[in-house]
Amino acid sequence: MKDKFAPKGKLVIVEGVDGSGKSTQIRLLEKWLRYIGMPVFFTEWNSSEQVKEIISKGKRKNLLTPTTFSLLHATDFAARYERNVFPLLRAGYIVLADRYIYTAFARDVVRGCSPDWVRHVYGFAIKPDIAFYFRVPVEVSFDRIVKNRPKLKYYEAGMDLNLSNDPYESYRIFQGRIVEQYESMVRPEGFTVVDGTVDIEEQQRSVRQKMLEVLPQALRKKISVGALDQ
Amino acid sequence: MNQGSSRPIRYYGKGIPYLHDEKVKGRLIVIEGPDASGRSTHIGMITSKLEAEGHAVLNTGLRRSELVSEGIMDAKREHMLGRRTMSLFYAADFADQLENKIMPALRAGYIVLADRYIYTLMARDEVRSMSKRWSHQLFGFAIVPDLVFYLDVEPEELVHRVFQKNTFLDYYESGADLGLSDDMYESFMIYQRMIAKQFRSMQKRYNLTIINGNRAIPEVNADLQKRIDHFLGSIQH
Repeated sequence: MKDKFAPKGKLVIVEGVDGSGKSTQIRLLEKWLRYIGMPVFFTEWNSSEQVKEIISKGKRKNLLTPTTFSLLHATDFAARYERNVFPLLRAGYIVLADRYIYTAFARDVVRGCSPDWVRHVYGFAIKPDIAFYFRVPVEVSFDRIVKNRPKLKYYEAGMDLNLSNDPYESYRIFQGRIVEQYESMVRPEGFTVVDGTVDIEEQQRSVRQKMLEVLPQALRKKISVGALDQ
Repeated sequence: MNQGSSRPIRYYGKGIPYLHDEKVKGRLIVIEGPDASGRSTHIGMITSKLEAEGHAVLNTGLRRSELVSEGIMDAKREHMLGRRTMSLFYAADFADQLENKIMPALRAGYIVLADRYIYTLMARDEVRSMSKRWSHQLFGFAIVPDLVFYLDVEPEELVHRVFQKNTFLDYYESGADLGLSDDMYESFMIYQRMIAKQFRSMQKRYNLTIINGNRAIPEVNADLQKRIDHFLGSIQH
C-alpha cells in the first residue's frame, strides 16, 4: 500500500454522537478551506445513492439485524470510498468526512457485533490524517437533539436493542453506550479531542489550528485562521 | 423425521455474539457450482424427494433477500459499484437471509437447501484481488453447513449448457469486469477456470465435496441423493 498508492491528499474526519456539534464544525472547516483555495471534497455517513435507499427501506420495516445493518453501512461506506474518497485523496484533495469507520466501530459494537469483526470489515479503509472527536456529556447532546425533534426514529433511538420502551430513555442509554465506545478509542485511534461544549467559534479555532499542521508548509505562513485570529 | 436433537450453532469465525446460546435442530445443505451447472434442477429434485420422505425443506440462495436483492441487480446493470462495494453488498444480502430465513428454519428443524453460499462470494472476491483473509473473516458470522457440494463442470461443457439456455454469455459470469479478453468466449473460459481453481483451493479448509458435474443430470442427481441419504441416515443414530 505504501509507495505507489500512497495518497497525496489529506483525510480529515469528524466523529461524535448526534448533537455533539461535529457537522457544524466540519462545514465551517470546509468553507474556510474552499475560501483559501484548497481542493476539497465533502462526504457523509450513509449517503451513497445506491445503498441509502435500501437502508431506509430496511429501517422502515424494522427488519434489520445488527449484522445486516452493519454490512449495509459498510457497503455504503465502500461505495463512497471506492468511488470518491480514495481516488480524490490520490489526486491530492482534502477529503472531509462527517463520520468515518469509527462510527461503525462504536454503533455496531453497541448493537452487539464483535469488535474484531467490525474492524476487520473496514480493514481496507486508510487511517485519517486527523480524526476530530467532539466530546460532549450525554445530557448536552441529548438536549440539543430532543429540542429539535418531536419524535425519535426507531433505530436512531436504539429501540432495536430493547433498552427501554420509552424512546427517549432508550436514546439516552444508547447514546451513553456509544460515548463509552468513542472514549475507549480516543487513545488507540489517536483522536484529536475537541470540547464540544464551548462556543462554536472557539471550537472552530482549534479545529483550524490543527488543520494547519497537515497543510503544505508554504501555505501555512500565508494563511490565517480567518476572522478567528485573535 | 428426526434430524437429531438441538445442538449449538457452529460458525466459521466469531459468529453472531448477540445471539446467545442459540440452538438449532435442522440441517443445512449447500450446493455450489457455476451458472448452468444444474444447481437449481438438482435442488428441485432433492427437495421433492426429501419432502416425499416427510422432511420440511426450505430453499434459499444468494441475492434472494427481499431487502437487498433489487439494489444489487440495479447496481450490476449499471456497473456503477466498485468491487469491494459489490462484495459487501452481497455479504449484506447473505446476512439478511441467514438471520431472517435460514436460522429460523434451522431452529424449527427444517432441512435448508442453499443454492450457493459464501464460497461463491469468496471465490469471486479472490479473483478480483481482495485478500483471502479479508473474505474469510468477513464471513466469520456464517454457519458451517452440514454438507457442501460443488458441481464441477468443465468450462467447455459449461459454455455449451449456457448456450442451450441463453444466446449470450452473462457479463459477470464471464468475468467481463476483469478485462481478461476482448473475446467474450475466451473471457468466459478463463474466468470459469479461475473460479474453479478457487473452489479446489477451498476444498480442504471448507470441507467441500467435489461432484463431477459433467455427467448427465440424473446420474449427478443420484450421486447427490446417495450422499445426502447417507448423511441423514448417519445422524439418526
